[in-house]
Amino acid sequence: MRVTDTPIRIRRVKASDVAKVIALDARVTGLPKSTYWRDLFARFGRRRLAERFFLVAEPDAAAARTPLLGFIIGEVRAWEFGSAPCGWVFGLAVDPDRRLEGVGEKLFEAISAEFRKAGMDKMRTMVARDNLLPLRFFRGEGMMAGPYIQLEKDLE
Amino acid sequence: MKLQVSSQLAIFAVLELSAAPERQLSVAEIGEKYGISSHHLAKVMHVLGRAGVVRAVRGAHGGYQFSGNPRRVTLLDVIQLFEPLGADGETLVGEATEEGRALRRVLGEVDDIARATLGSITLATMHKIVERKPPARPERKAAHAGRR
Ligand SMILES: CC(C)(COP(=O)(O)OP(=O)(O)OC[C@H]1O[C@@H](n2cnc3c(N)ncnc32)[C@H](O)[C@@H]1OP(=O)(O)O)[C@@H](O)C(=O)NCCC(=O)NCCS
Repeated sequence: MRVTDTPIRIRRVKASDVAKVIALDARVTGLPKSTYWRDLFARFGRRRLAERFFLVAEPDAAAARTPLLGFIIGEVRAWEFGSAPCGWVFGLAVDPDRRLEGVGEKLFEAISAEFRKAGMDKMRTMVARDNLLPLRFFRGEGMMAGPYIQLEKDLE
Repeated sequence: MKLQVSSQLAIFAVLELSAAPERQLSVAEIGEKYGISSHHLAKVMHVLGRAGVVRAVRGAHGGYQFSGNPRRVTLLDVIQLFEPLGADGETLVGEATEEGRALRRVLGEVDDIARATLGSITLATMHKIVERKPPARPERKAAHAGRR
């Protein structure tokens, strides 16, 4: 068991969180992408909310300016390559100074619950195979390799 | 994928010991559950001890205790004490030819996936997999890519 499980709150993203998401993502990836995040908020924070989930985690007693602890993003994807509808997670990050406190796990559990409410019985994600940190995290949460193999090609 | 017997024994031994890190077990006790010879297992335990994954406890009730962190030690960490993974370091017949290099590339894909899989599964995750029953309903067969 962890020594300190931070008391946190998980909720849907709001317009006032977008700058915080941009800041957290820039810290984690070293690459600020404000257009990308504003666009993602417009599509995932406002529309078709029954199947799109953009969730953020903050300390229980957060004030307006308190930075986010983390976020997770996913959506219901139907019939991609013939697969039955399932929940797809395509974004997850936790503040580097607040890792291993259970924040990632709570975000994962929160989005799992949303997918279940949306009628899904499976959740998928994709991780770079040399990125062991999220790979170990997702494995630790019970994920296993799925029946698909990802392929790609350099386009000349 | 095939693992050498020593790697298999090592995995069973560390799983058994890490299930209850305060507990100490003798080589015979571990061997009994899996039906393995104490002789081979003793050699394996010696290697695990030298690597610091387990600790030998002396005395009348001597045996071994787990001394790593089950949430951080991965299957790859254990296996690599006993065998190199994949085709690394091995020479392929026809290595110098274009065909040999093409084959090396394809085998490299398989090795990369094996390494990512074994390197991402910790002993704590293995314990969860042991406890979990496989899903009752099989996954529906996926159609071909592109057909919707
Ligand atoms: C992956 C990530 C979200 C995990 O967040 P976190 O809040 O630290 O995770 P938690 O504290 O909830 O950890 C839950 C479990 O995950 C596993 N885990 C997390 N970090 C780990 C690490 N460094 N090593 C091994 N296992 C780890 C453990 O099983 C852990 O349980 P434990 O603390 O009881 O051992 C975070 O490390 C992160 O943001 N990484 C970079 C971003 C990224 O690469 N995202 C993926 C691309 S979409």
